[in-house]
Amino acid sequence: MITKPFMPATTWQTVGPFFSIGLERLYRADIAGAGVDGERIRVAGRLLDGDYNPIPDAVVEVWQANAHGKYAHPGDTQDKPLEQGFRGFGRIATDDLGEFRFSTVKPGSVLTQSGEPQAPHLVVSLMMRGLLRGLVTRAYFPNEGLNATDQVLQCVPPARRSTLLLSSLVENDVPTFGWTIHMQGPSETVFFDF
Amino acid sequence: MNECQTYPSPFRKHKQGTQPDHLHAGYVSSMKRAPLQPLVTITPTLSELTGPLFGRDEIVAGECNMTRSANGGEAQGQRIAVSGRLLDEGGAPIRNTLLEVWQANAAGRYLHKWDQHDAPLDPNFSGEGHVLTDDLGRYSFVTVQPGSYPWGNHHNAWRPAHIHFSVFGPAVCTRLVTQMYFPGDPLLPFDPIYNCTADSAARERLISRFDWNTTIPQSTLGFVFDIHLRGRYATPMEEGHDDH
Ligand SMILES: [Fe+2]
Repeated sequence: MITKPFMPATTWQTVGPFFSIGLERLYRADIAGAGVDGERIRVAGRLLDGDYNPIPDAVVEVWQANAHGKYAHPGDTQDKPLEQGFRGFGRIATDDLGEFRFSTVKPGSVLTQSGEPQAPHLVVSLMMRGLLRGLVTRAYFPNEGLNATDQVLQCVPPARRSTLLLSSLVENDVPTFGWTIHMQGPSETVFFDF
Repeated sequence: MNECQTYPSPFRKHKQGTQPDHLHAGYVSSMKRAPLQPLVTITPTLSELTGPLFGRDEIVAGECNMTRSANGGEAQGQRIAVSGRLLDEGGAPIRNTLLEVWQANAAGRYLHKWDQHDAPLDPNFSGEGHVLTDDLGRYSFVTVQPGSYPWGNHHNAWRPAHIHFSVFGPAVCTRLVTQMYFPGDPLLPFDPIYNCTADSAARERLISRFDWNTTIPQSTLGFVFDIHLRGRYATPMEEGHDDH
């Protein structure tokens, strides 16, 4: 039997403080352009360190399904509509107050590998100076029936689930969701390994 | 038994020690930013097994030369050609994929409002590069040798010369941001960021190698840096296999 050559994945290193030089070209705060189905929403987030200080030098990446629960990716073989031009990617740098904002459509439910409906969610990745490896979390929507059965949320200790829940706000009649991400502390946000 | 592990991940777990932990006392800014709770292990769903694909929509295929400014001026410094292959852990090429790179100029200064280092900016060098891999997973770009620069981590702290790389690969599972270093850099043994990874072979794979084949006479030094993204188990039979 021939042994295939195996080379472990390259080691992560921090993005450092100057990532905008390379990453700014793909900054996207408007995730769903015109002609994309679904309810228009905004997310207003904030990123805090272990001393509750805002983190002004982080980059946040969002990955989401469309309103039908379909990803713009050939690996998603669900029989659901996908609009031309929908990608579902956002990238936003935090500002001096540690805040980041984006607009999009609310994602639909995506099935798990075992065919169970997941609750609507955004996949959110964080990179910043001081973080040697990126972190991945999820943002869920408040008052969703599927939150009670969502396979990933069920893996999270009950006391920590609220760290993944957006809070409902309204700004200028647009449904807006607030979210504070804590890197540390009693409300430390849940991050995933998969 | 963990009922969260309904299905095993189709992506290999990282080999022990080859990725940095989040918290490193020697890297001071990790102390208030690294998560202190354990990561929650989940079965990846379509949400993690897919990811944004960037290719020809973002960038025109072709050469990337960071040494020429838009107005035709030449950047200061030693010209270098950086090339390599983007592969998965099994050696399969990852084709037509975007690499984002950024770096300091030859004097060790970034074109960034927060860079206070007292070294000159170069009006002909932005330090920004975007390049696509080809059908064999190959990439290349021309730039200048970045300078080392001081930072505030500890007394007389200096970063070894490096180029930052960002790569998506096919899924959220394969996302990678890393830094490429240069052979023989005397600062490497003292750099807390480089040294935060336990596995010495994994650290050394972050160091590019000097290469005569890509060195251009009278012009440009060649360095080769291959990048490997987390791969899938080859067959279901291999699942759970210990391939360390
Ligand atoms: Fe750097």
